[in-house]
Amino acid sequence: MSSVQNMAVPARLKPPSSALDVNAVRGDFPLLRQRVHGRPLVYLDNAATSQKPQAVIEAMKRFYTEECSNVHRGVHELSERATRAYEAAREKVRAFINAREAREIIFVRGTTEAINLVAQSYGRTQVKAGDEILITAMEHHSNIVPWQILCQEKGACLRVAPINDAGELLLDEFEKLLTSRTRLVAATHVSNALGTINPVQQIVEKAHQRNVPVLLDGAQAAPHLRIDVQTLDCDFYTFSGHKTFGPTGIGVLYGKAQWLEAMPPYQGGGEMISSVTFEKTTYNVIPHKFEAGTPNIAGTIGLGVALDYLNQIGFERIVAYEHELLLYGTEALSQVPGLQLIGTAKEKAAILSFVLEGIHPHDVGTILDREGIAVRTGHHCAQPVMDRFGVSATSRASLVFYNTREEIDALVAGLHKVREVFGT
Amino acid sequence: MNELRELYQELIIDHSKRPRNFHPLPDPEHRADGYNPLCGDKVTVYLNTEDGRVQDISFQGSGCAISTASASIMTETLKGRSRDEVAAIFKKFHRLLTQDETGTDSNTELGKLVVFSGVHEFPLRVKCASLPWHTMNAALERKSKTISTE
Repeated sequence: MSSVQNMAVPARLKPPSSALDVNAVRGDFPLLRQRVHGRPLVYLDNAATSQKPQAVIEAMKRFYTEECSNVHRGVHELSERATRAYEAAREKVRAFINAREAREIIFVRGTTEAINLVAQSYGRTQVKAGDEILITAMEHHSNIVPWQILCQEKGACLRVAPINDAGELLLDEFEKLLTSRTRLVAATHVSNALGTINPVQQIVEKAHQRNVPVLLDGAQAAPHLRIDVQTLDCDFYTFSGHKTFGPTGIGVLYGKAQWLEAMPPYQGGGEMISSVTFEKTTYNVIPHKFEAGTPNIAGTIGLGVALDYLNQIGFERIVAYEHELLLYGTEALSQVPGLQLIGTAKEKAAILSFVLEGIHPHDVGTILDREGIAVRTGHHCAQPVMDRFGVSATSRASLVFYNTREEIDALVAGLHKVREVFGT
Repeated sequence: MNELRELYQELIIDHSKRPRNFHPLPDPEHRADGYNPLCGDKVTVYLNTEDGRVQDISFQGSGCAISTASASIMTETLKGRSRDEVAAIFKKFHRLLTQDETGTDSNTELGKLVVFSGVHEFPLRVKCASLPWHTMNAALERKSKTISTE
């Protein structure tokens, strides 16, 4: 190779600028172009659900217009195409979270169903009276209630690891609650109400030292962070398609093959069996054992395309961009008189939960809505978190890589309007 | 901004910041709890009657400006009213919340309650304004369980 070429390469083939081009990205999301109440939409409710890129919408449309057929059933061409697309999506999910094998990926409706599956299937066989399930004080209701149901059925006990005033898990207290009776740790990777990123690597290590398996709720992590279940070494990982720029009604349960193989089925029906007589049914192998009935085929294909899209942008860019946005937003909101941020962990995703002195979040939400700004107000399906901070509700702006500084400025201007209406 | 001003009229802001009759009644004849799971609003209504009329009424709880002001103005409105009058006012008030009746004269008997005429433009907030009333109704009917808007 000549020296001339060597010199030319860096200039021409240099990888694209590492910074994220937010205007280009926004162009990929048709919904963001609309106006609400006559104002440009400022969508800051991404932790509830994220918007979908055109590629995802097109992929689902293409499935229904060109490929619609059932999977793993027919020998005809369409069914083969649908099956290939469905299983290709499973492989994309495997790669996305770096699972060892595609059969460790179970398609479910969402994070809630994934957790219920483990609570019912793992719990039914592994949890007995007097046993304990350990969760944290910052869990979403979907990582509390399935365990409460299980504990009630089995006479087991739900233990809760506390958090500090910043919304960070107290690891020492967590460790003390790990006992010989603990059968499972179920912890969120990123808190939906506070934005806290939990030290999940340490959580898994400490639990494994006592041979306790760990389920991680990744609903709020998958849209923001690169996930590697082999490095984490977690036993179960869950996330939702619709919070990860994919369609609603599709989600993922990852489980180590050894667990999934040992666990009994969650639901009975077609697809999950290998043979059925009235006397005896033999169950199918994983992942099919846990996918009774016709799955959400279009949703699964859409999710696969959403993950392609995320990979195309790249998590390095996403993390860097969102971190900048979080710093900017934290600083900007801190300037609003009477505003208190709820959730000030050192390690945070771009979630800004706050209360305004003397003004109920519901009123904040209504007034912001008239400015075209969509935020979530309420308890965020995390009432114990609200109780911990002594508030009944908060307003929450949850940001992703298509949000901008200008949108944060619009939020701040909206909050000044809120204060104006209330004469504060 | 006009619709917002219509919703958050000064009287509503005033009552939300300084709610009237905001205390429990000792040993009340009637009492009920109301809860809106959507936003977490909670209200407890206390009520005593005498000769079939509301002799005293008060409330406690935590909620948004609309629900707090609605409860506050409700207690002011209902003191001294007969049960029939209470039922008639509630019916009219509910119609005000759910339909556009601005400009008609059917609201004249509602008095201060007409400040809630802007609520119908905000369908998600109708429950905020009606929760205290449903709770009051339950208290009068001696329903002991928590009233939910869902």
